Amino acid sequence: MVPRVILGGGIVKGMIETARNFVGSYTDASRLTTVEYPEQRIPLHANARQFPFLVFDGTDPMAGLRCVACQICEKECPPQCIYIIKDSVKKPDYLGKMQMQPKVFDIDLSVCMSCQICVEVCPFDAIKMDTEFELSNDDRFAGLLVNKHQLAKPNSHFARIHPAEAAEVDGRLAAEKAKAEAKARADAEAKAKAAATSPPPAGNPSSSPPPKS
Amino acid sequence: MEPLKGLLSTLWKALTDQPDPKAPFLESIPEDYRSLASAVLSVAPILMVFPLLFALTTVLERKGLGRIQNRLGPNRVGPAGFLQFAADGLKTLTKEDVVPRAADRVVHFLAPIALVIPVLLTFAVLPFGRNLAPIDLDAGLLFFFAVSSATELAVFMAGWASRNKYSLLGALRAVAQMVSYEIPLVLAALSVVMITGTLSLSAIAAAQSPTPGSFLAPWYVFTPWGLMGFLLFMIAACAEANRSPFDLPEGESEIIAGYYLEYSGFKFALFFLGEYLGLFASSGLAITLFLGGWNAPFAFMQGWLPSWVWFFAKLATLIAVFIWIRGTLPRVRMDQLMGLAWKFMIPMTLLTLVAAGLWHRLPSAPLRWVACTALLAGAFLVLGRVLMPRTRHGRRVYRYAD
Amino acid sequence: MEGGFIAMPTDVILWILGGLILISAVMSLALRNLIHCALFLMVCFLGLAGLYLHLNAVFSGLVQALVYVGAVGIILIFAILLTEGGGTETGSHLGSQWRTGIGLAVLLAFALLGAVSNSPQTTQAARHTEEPTVREIGLKLMTDYLLPLQTIGLLLTAAAIGAVVLAMQEPKPRKDETP
Repeated sequence: MVPRVILGGGIVKGMIETARNFVGSYTDASRLTTVEYPEQRIPLHANARQFPFLVFDGTDPMAGLRCVACQICEKECPPQCIYIIKDSVKKPDYLGKMQMQPKVFDIDLSVCMSCQICVEVCPFDAIKMDTEFELSNDDRFAGLLVNKHQLAKPNSHFARIHPAEAAEVDGRLAAEKAKAEAKARADAEAKAKAAATSPPPAGNPSSSPPPKS
Repeated sequence: MEPLKGLLSTLWKALTDQPDPKAPFLESIPEDYRSLASAVLSVAPILMVFPLLFALTTVLERKGLGRIQNRLGPNRVGPAGFLQFAADGLKTLTKEDVVPRAADRVVHFLAPIALVIPVLLTFAVLPFGRNLAPIDLDAGLLFFFAVSSATELAVFMAGWASRNKYSLLGALRAVAQMVSYEIPLVLAALSVVMITGTLSLSAIAAAQSPTPGSFLAPWYVFTPWGLMGFLLFMIAACAEANRSPFDLPEGESEIIAGYYLEYSGFKFALFFLGEYLGLFASSGLAITLFLGGWNAPFAFMQGWLPSWVWFFAKLATLIAVFIWIRGTLPRVRMDQLMGLAWKFMIPMTLLTLVAAGLWHRLPSAPLRWVACTALLAGAFLVLGRVLMPRTRHGRRVYRYAD
Repeated sequence: MEGGFIAMPTDVILWILGGLILISAVMSLALRNLIHCALFLMVCFLGLAGLYLHLNAVFSGLVQALVYVGAVGIILIFAILLTEGGGTETGSHLGSQWRTGIGLAVLLAFALLGAVSNSPQTTQAARHTEEPTVREIGLKLMTDYLLPLQTIGLLLTAAAIGAVVLAMQEPKPRKDETP
C-alpha cells in the first residue's frame, strides 16, 4: 500500500490513468473492444442456439418436412410453447414410408426459453435449434406466434449453421436409408427366391421394419 | 434595410473587439425602441450561445467519457454522432410530462423554471470579451452570488413538491451541499476582490491584462494564493454544480435521481440545462477571477485573436477538465463531502485570504512569493496529513438503526 | 442600472413590485401549508430586493437576495422540515391573539408612515443625492463603522459556535453497551 504523502496525490494518479485511457483509445485500436454490432458481427459459437426450426429435405418445405407430428416435443416442452395438430392426410417420409404430418405446428416465440429439450427428445431429427437471433417483431400477438411455414427450413440451412451436427445426422439418416433399402432389396430377393422354390406362406412376417431412431 | 445593416455592423464590431458594439444597430432604429433593443442585444446571444454549448457539451461529454472507458461513445446520429443532442432534444420535447398524483402541482411546475432563470441571470455580469459584458455592474460579483443562491431554493422546491422520499432526500442533500460549498466559493473569490479592490467583474478581468513590456500575463492563477484560490474555487464550483464526484444529490445507486426523480420530458431537460449552465457560469466566473478573463496568456499573443475567443477557449478547457474529473473520480460519501467542506476547504480559503493579504502588503520581491508559497503549501500539507486521513477503522456503531 | 431598459414609467414598476411584495407577504401568512408560506416569503424577499435595485440601492438589493433568499430562506425551510412541519396542514391559521396582532400592525404602519412622511429625505429636495457605490459602502464599513461591524461579526460567530455546541451534545454510545 502506497502511503498518501500529499493530499490529492491519488486524484492525480487517477487522472493520469484516465488520460492514458483517453489517448490510448485513439492511438491503440486494440483498446476499443466494443463490437459495432449491426455493421460488425462476431462469429457465433459452434453450439449457439436461439429458437427451434423444422428441418425439411428436398425442395418443397411441406412435402419434405421430417416432422411426423408425434407430439413428443409438445409434451416435453417445459414452457409449453409448442402447439401441434395432426393432419388426417399422411405423407411418405425419407424412407418412402407413409407417416403422419402436422397440420398445425406453432411455436410461441415469446414463451420459448431456448432450452433445446424439443431437439433432444425428437426421434426423427425433425426439429433443430436455429442461430438466428434478430427476431424482433412489431406485432406482439400474431407476429410472435411462428407457424410451420415460417419454421420450415431446408436441411442445407442446418448444415450451414451447425456443420458437425448436420453431418452426423445426415450420415445416420443415409445409413438408415441404405440399410432399409438393402433390407428391402434382400427381402425382395428372398421373396423372389421363395416364390421360385415354394408357394408363398399365408402371412408375410418380413415386412419392412420400423425406422430405428 | 438600415436595421439589418446596423445589426451586421453590430455583430462585426462585437466579434472584432471594437468598443460599443451595440451602437450601429441602436442608431439604425427609432429612438423609442432603443432601450428595449439594447436589452435584447444583450440577452439574445446568451440565450443562443450557452444552450447550444450545453447541447454540444452533452455529446462531447458522452464521447469523452466513452473514450476514458475505452468505448466509442455516441456515434450513430449524424456525422460521428455529433447530432445526438438533436435527437435527445426532440425526445425530451415529445415525451409525456408525468406529474405524480400526490405532487404539489404548482411548485412542481415552477421548480425547473426557478432553477433556469437565476442560472441564466448569472451570465448577465460575466465579461465574455473586451467589450462584451452584458451588464457592467458595479457589484457584479455580488450579483453573481446573490442570484445563484436562488438555485438552492429551486432545488428544494423540486424535491419537496415531488412528494417522494428520494426526491426530498436528494433535495436536502443538494441544499446542504450547496450551502456548505457556497462559503469556500465566496471566500476563494474574495481573495481576488481583496487584491483588485473592486467587485466589478469587467474591472477584475481588465486588471489581468498583460502590460506591454511584460512576457507572462498577470493572471492571478500565476500567483501562489491565486493558484490555491483557483483550485479551491473549482472544487467548490464542482460541488455547487452537483457534478461528479460531488453528485450525490442525484446518486442513482441509492436515491435514484434525487430531486429530479419525478420529472420527465422537457422539465427534466430544463434541470439538465440548468445544471450545465450553472457549470458554465461557475467556470466563466473562475476564468474571470483567476484565469485572466478574456486576456491572452502571454503579452505578445494579446492581439492575435479576438478577446472572446480566449474566453471561450478557456471555458472549453475547464469543461474538458470537468469531464475528465467525472470520468476519473468515484462519488464521495456524505460525511466525506461535509468533512471536505468544513475541515479542509474553509480553513484553506481563509488561509488563502491571509496569503492574498500578505501578497498585497509585502513589497514586490521574492519575499512575498516565498512567504505566500510557504504559508499555503505548509497549510496544505498539514491539513492534508492531519485532518483528512482520520479514518478510524473500528467497530461500526449504528446510532439510529437499533 | 440607470432607469429600466423598458420605457416604462417608474411608478408602474413600483406598483408592480409593491403589489408583489404585499400579496406574497399576505399569502405567506394566510396559507396553511408551511412550505408554501416559506416560499411566498421568499417571493416577498425577492420583491424587496427588486425594489432596492429599482431604487438604485444595488448593494442592499443584492445583499437582500443573497442573505434572505440564499441563507435565511434555506434555514427556514430546514427548520420547518426538521420540526416535521413540512407538508402538514396546520389547523386554524388565525391564532387566539389575532385581534391584538392586527391592532399592533396597524399601529406600526401608522408609526412608520408618520416617520417616513416627516423625514427630511422625503420633504426636502434631497432625493437626488449621490447614490453610495459598493466601494463607498465598503470603505465606510472598514473605517467609520469598523467597531460595530466587528462586534456584530463576533456576536454572530459566537452564536454559530454556540449552536454547534448545543447540536453536538449527543449521547455517546457507551463502550459496555451491546448494540
